Amino acid sequence: MKLESHLRERREAGHKLLVPYVTGGLGAGWRDVLRAVAAAGADAIEVGIPFSDPVMDGKTIQEASQRALEIGATPDAIIADLRGIDIDIPIAVMTYYNPVFHAGHERFASALADAGVDAAIIPDLPFDELDGWGDAADRARVETVLLAAPTTPEERLRLICERSRGFVYAVALMGVTGERANLPEQALTMGRRCSKVTDRPVLLGVGISTPEQAVQAAGAADGVVVGSALVRRLLQGGGPDEAGAFVAGLRAALDAAT
Amino acid sequence: MTSLARGEPVLLGPAGPEPTGLGRFEGDFGGRFVPESLVPALEELEHEFRAAWHSDEFRREFADLLQSYAGRPTPVTECHRLSERLGVRVLLKREDLTHTGSHKINNVLGQALLTRRMSKRRLIAETGAGQHGVATATAAALFGLECIVFMGAVDVERQSLNVFRMRLLGAEVIPVHSGSATLKDAINDALRDWVATVETTHYCIGSVVGPHPYPWMVREFQRVVGDEARTQCRALLGGDPDVVVACVGGGSNAIGTFAGFVDTDARLVGVEAAGLGLESGKHGASVNRGVPGVLHGAKSLFLQDEHGQIREAHSISAGLDYPGVGPEHAALAAAGRAEYACATDHEALDAFQALSVTEGIVPALEPSHALAWVTRAAREGSIAPGSTVLVTLSGRGDKDAMQVAEHLSGDSR
Repeated sequence: MKLESHLRERREAGHKLLVPYVTGGLGAGWRDVLRAVAAAGADAIEVGIPFSDPVMDGKTIQEASQRALEIGATPDAIIADLRGIDIDIPIAVMTYYNPVFHAGHERFASALADAGVDAAIIPDLPFDELDGWGDAADRARVETVLLAAPTTPEERLRLICERSRGFVYAVALMGVTGERANLPEQALTMGRRCSKVTDRPVLLGVGISTPEQAVQAAGAADGVVVGSALVRRLLQGGGPDEAGAFVAGLRAALDAAT
Repeated sequence: MTSLARGEPVLLGPAGPEPTGLGRFEGDFGGRFVPESLVPALEELEHEFRAAWHSDEFRREFADLLQSYAGRPTPVTECHRLSERLGVRVLLKREDLTHTGSHKINNVLGQALLTRRMSKRRLIAETGAGQHGVATATAAALFGLECIVFMGAVDVERQSLNVFRMRLLGAEVIPVHSGSATLKDAINDALRDWVATVETTHYCIGSVVGPHPYPWMVREFQRVVGDEARTQCRALLGGDPDVVVACVGGGSNAIGTFAGFVDTDARLVGVEAAGLGLESGKHGASVNRGVPGVLHGAKSLFLQDEHGQIREAHSISAGLDYPGVGPEHAALAAAGRAEYACATDHEALDAFQALSVTEGIVPALEPSHALAWVTRAAREGSIAPGSTVLVTLSGRGDKDAMQVAEHLSGDSR
């Protein structure tokens, strides 16, 4: 339970949690981006394993996924790249269910564990379909982070929070990933709803793109996941330095607010 | 004798079997693999559909619309000249004669009624060939609903007539440029829209694909095709046909047809798109060349690479240009109850012309694949001479006329 225990520790030390998302295999130096993001104060990193048909993702992450696939990114290569990487914060991979199913639950879970990956987020594998993967992941000690949505009814929310490992990914709005001009009120409601039924770390994600939005969201949850705003900078040619500076900005804003 | 003449009341057969568990067909195909945001809406849809499908009032409304609006029952036409040429007795189930020109209207009228029942005001749909988009736009106009249709940019190009029809009917057509810019990508974008709008919007899926309850619900709305055809065949032939054939993209006309014959002795054959040939890698033959996977909410057979990335399909017919197949087809194939053959672009073009010339019926390119397989199978003897063969003519060929004309005049043959 490395991801969850680490996040709990950081929370108990009084920090708001910051988990940036980076598309794996996006350019030869993508691991330098992870290093920069970790050095800039991330509490964990979400690494995207690109899939051809990412239905939970908006244009930015779609484009990043496609670009990574075009230059040869594969699940195996990304997991191999993560093996033994010199980063001292937990790593969670985010991918879709088909690559996991195709590889086989046991094989995928043990590949992650062998590479030192702590957790997995599979947004098209909801609570009710979790069985095969969930059991294999538990056995391999890979934490499966579940998503809770604004439309999730109360009883189901409780079950999701209970079954989730690592943290609860509270989807901040109705929609796919991508930057938004404003954080909707719904996001705050969502953070509070989850926090009320679990003591697991609750992170709000989807549509959180600026330091201001991160601070606002962290007011109603334990922290935030920030993806598209970071990946857009990488797509526009930004490298590790720019990624690090952006994450440092988020970190500073979150720290200043606590 | 039950009368199934046009203009007579549509008689719906009894409801078919429900999948088990969370939408599972034999072999664990099916399921509900979707982002959490959509789960409650799918649960609601499942409950609403189940209640509606067992409600006399809903069934009466649906049957009335199929009769008075869609023009059902559709006839079964015996093809005398084609039969003579092939040495087997060919009968066509004439879905091309429905309002909007394909079987798609059956499902859409059912889903539009459900949309009204759920008090939603906006319909979204994906479309490949444009037939489902046109049908959805039509139902939206009829029910006064807002309608958005996602269509691959490649398909917008090759089916421009249907794009115009949808816009004429008041729908907004959104070209999708991502991925292969065809049906698969249109479904992706429809799902992305739905993740944001699910509380006010119904996603009117056009085939027996997608998360539970869609594969089951769409089969039930399409089973009228098979139920009618069975009654009609019994009147015409004094029994069931020896072979029942339909084309398979996602597979809604085939599953609707098969539903009427699955408990008979008829040989069931789905015909997939072999595109430029199975060996070329450019095809849409998901049962023949796909492997188990999960896409668009269901576990089924998909064309994919060794890493589980979905591959692009290819077919001359936009309606078959999909790298997967509905989960119930995967189940029927695994159980050996239906067989899945395929026909190439080239064979489909030949069949398209052959039916036009011998019977005065211009078929859509999709069912031309079914006709192409019957032609080959009859010649090669895999259908015994004198057998009776029912082919579902899922749609008419007007939409394809320009594209076929270009193919026939160009160097592509």
